[in-house]
Amino acid sequence: MLTVSGLTVSVRGEEGERAVVSDLSFTLARGETLCIAGESGSGKSMTSLAIMGLLPQPQARVSAGSIRLGDLDLTALSEKRMQAVRGNRVAMIFQEPMTSLNPVLSIGRQLIEAIEVHTNLSGGDARARAIEALKAVRIPEAESRLKQFPHELSGGMRQRVMIAMALALKPDVLIADEPTTALDVTVQGEVLELLRDLQREQGTAVILITHDMGVVAEMADRVIIMRNGRMIEQGTITDIFERPQVDYTRELLGAVPRMGSGRAVASGKSAEPAKPAAVAEVRELHVRFDLHGGFFGRVTRRVHAVEGVSFSIAPNETLSLVGESGCGKSTTAKALAGLLPYSGDIAIGGRNLAGLGRDERKAVRRDIQMIFQDPYASLDPRMPVGDLVAEPLLIHGIGTPKERTDRVAALFERVGLTVDQMERYPHEFSGGQRQRICIARALALRPKLIIADESVSALDVSVQARVLKLLKELQSEFGVAYLFISHDMAVVENISDKVAVMYLGQIVEMGRSEQVFANPRHPYTKRLIEAVPVPDPARRRTRFARLDSEIASPVRRVGDPPAKLLLQDVGDGHLVAAH
Amino acid sequence: MIAYLTRRLIQAALILLGVSIITFALLYLLPADPVRQIAGRSATPQTVESIRQQLGLDQPFVVQYWRYLTNLLSGDLGRSYIQRSEVTELIVSRLPASLILMVGAILCELAIGLTMGLIAAAKRGSATDQTLMVGSFIGVSAPQFVVGLLLLYVFAVQLGWFPIGGYGTWQHAVLPSLTLGILGAGWYSRMMRSSMIDVLRQDYIRTARAKGLARHAILFRHALPNAILPVVAMIGIDIGLFMSGIVVVESVFGWPGIGQLAWQAIQRVDIPIIMGVTLVSACAIVLGNLLADIVAPFIDPRIKLR
Repeated sequence: MLTVSGLTVSVRGEEGERAVVSDLSFTLARGETLCIAGESGSGKSMTSLAIMGLLPQPQARVSAGSIRLGDLDLTALSEKRMQAVRGNRVAMIFQEPMTSLNPVLSIGRQLIEAIEVHTNLSGGDARARAIEALKAVRIPEAESRLKQFPHELSGGMRQRVMIAMALALKPDVLIADEPTTALDVTVQGEVLELLRDLQREQGTAVILITHDMGVVAEMADRVIIMRNGRMIEQGTITDIFERPQVDYTRELLGAVPRMGSGRAVASGKSAEPAKPAAVAEVRELHVRFDLHGGFFGRVTRRVHAVEGVSFSIAPNETLSLVGESGCGKSTTAKALAGLLPYSGDIAIGGRNLAGLGRDERKAVRRDIQMIFQDPYASLDPRMPVGDLVAEPLLIHGIGTPKERTDRVAALFERVGLTVDQMERYPHEFSGGQRQRICIARALALRPKLIIADESVSALDVSVQARVLKLLKELQSEFGVAYLFISHDMAVVENISDKVAVMYLGQIVEMGRSEQVFANPRHPYTKRLIEAVPVPDPARRRTRFARLDSEIASPVRRVGDPPAKLLLQDVGDGHLVAAH
Repeated sequence: MIAYLTRRLIQAALILLGVSIITFALLYLLPADPVRQIAGRSATPQTVESIRQQLGLDQPFVVQYWRYLTNLLSGDLGRSYIQRSEVTELIVSRLPASLILMVGAILCELAIGLTMGLIAAAKRGSATDQTLMVGSFIGVSAPQFVVGLLLLYVFAVQLGWFPIGGYGTWQHAVLPSLTLGILGAGWYSRMMRSSMIDVLRQDYIRTARAKGLARHAILFRHALPNAILPVVAMIGIDIGLFMSGIVVVESVFGWPGIGQLAWQAIQRVDIPIIMGVTLVSACAIVLGNLLADIVAPFIDPRIKLR
């Protein structure tokens, strides 16, 4: 159905033209799912944009090769004729459902326009077709959704609208570029299942682009592994996973965090008998945001972001907060770091923050440092990285300039960078290196607790594995405790001593890592664990765990706080909320 | 919606009260003496003093302001010192001319500015883009009396398409509106261009292209409504800018609007007229902003009025 041969995509940069995809050839048969997997910069997204004729203009172009759809050479088509192919015979869905729909046009308008541009249907027929498409992606109350605007829908719903839009005209080929990367795991499962079902019904050929080997194992018939713009291996799903031929594929598969593999380490550590004083102790933490409304702008509703969360972290220990977006895990971390007003008690190193003055609070804050999700956005692009790492020392007035430089140099070496890199600027580093710089910055004050908020989520798996290894080494060296926040259950299982599962601002289950993962007791925890795609094609599921309904809203009327969940000890410190 | 409007109107009243206090205080502190202007050079000190008493200008500031405010609340803006007629009458007779000019100018600047910005963004980096942006730069930086005189010379004197000055038919309004509009068009074209370029980079534009939509549908249906929002907010603020432009343009074209009225009043320290014109301008600005805020939710459904 689709034949790509010798495809080369070049991008014009400052140093002349550079090939980002070189000599790529593959075929795609009707009803087949081809996964293109690879790490960032491997050229997988450029390939899909080249097929759609949507390469960023004027920098990028197809410099060699052909893309044939049936007997049509897409690379030779004029823009006008390509418009007739796009959305009609080849459709695409993108990674970011939150920004991929136009905010000022209704869902119906956007769907119907996609249908009308390629058919001669009357307004009423196009509308009927749109409703049919929304029903096909299992959106409840499809008809009334047409009037809604994108901001009124959740991320999962928006991605379904995108899929409905792409499949409304029953295209021959569907390109899905990281369609579930931005979604929560339970929603990811639903969307993947939906794609698979629709493909079966309509016989669409699918190109699925992903970095997630779990998704590959779940979906693919055939796999192409790409690296630096070249295809380095292709084969059937079982060949790739069971008999990888190339070292890089083996490394890639080896680096994927797997559930169930981290248990031995975790249980060995938690067997230590002595229980030292906690580094951080959180009691009944509440964070609420007021929403104003009405004539006088009074508080009419509140967002109950965090509702009575309690936990403690011991030195040398890693506590992970897991849960889906909006569950309050990042808010908890921010309150702990003193970035948000809160109520409840937070004690750091035995000192309750509430009773302290400004200067004392600043001194205590030295003991807590944060590493954020986006290593690109969390480093000031106008400062040399050495200064960035030294800045916390400067702020807290520690050491002479010479001592600071020495400490920064030592930190650079410790996190795997070289001393001569201190003079460089953030843009000269890769994502993984930047995250190392952020780690060095967090370590500069020798904190007792480091909060890592989705700190490895933006990294490629191989880089992610190395950064996680570094974090573990640093922990055993400095005895620092981690509060690790992640949506990735496999990563959490690998790094954590203790895990707390959050849902709607409350902890529903907490215990040692092996307790929670091997013996999940709360239904929500079970659903979260089941939803994670397993990087093993032999364990492919026919049905994913499905949410009965959308996650409830944490926004409530004033005077109507949510019921407090009571945690029960089901044995050996394993706490589970009544359900 | 009604609650929102009520609240905004109460806010507007408070703003106008503030404007009236500040303007009144500034005029009170002015070294120029209105009584001397009225009485003339040859008047005796006794005449001057009696005029001062007659106008109540010998009273303390608070008393003067209080009297002004109470009159204002009953709709009375006072009498002109020089022109011997009610300020309200003077303003009402002049206002339509200025409103015509303002509407004409807004139409000019939107038509010219938005078109230029749209074309420049769609053809970003091309020679067209650069030419348009040089044009907008000239529009922004050229003084209005120069632009006005230039337009007069070319289109009225040389080509004879429009009358040289005066007021009456729509032809009279073209050149003054254009003069006022060119400055705004310069700003709007730059704003529109950058806003449009920003929008064209968004993911939903890529989605629209992936649907196979034609270029004009993407530009006008998907990009324009998103890009125009900051411009709409700007129009509200812009009315303030007009007020200063109007004084210049009205005197260049001999346009009988409140700009000229204000100009004459300032020269002769005719305090009631200055106050009246200032309050009317402030009203226009406040209403303009309110209007821009009310229009916004119709363009972007995410905006809610509360």
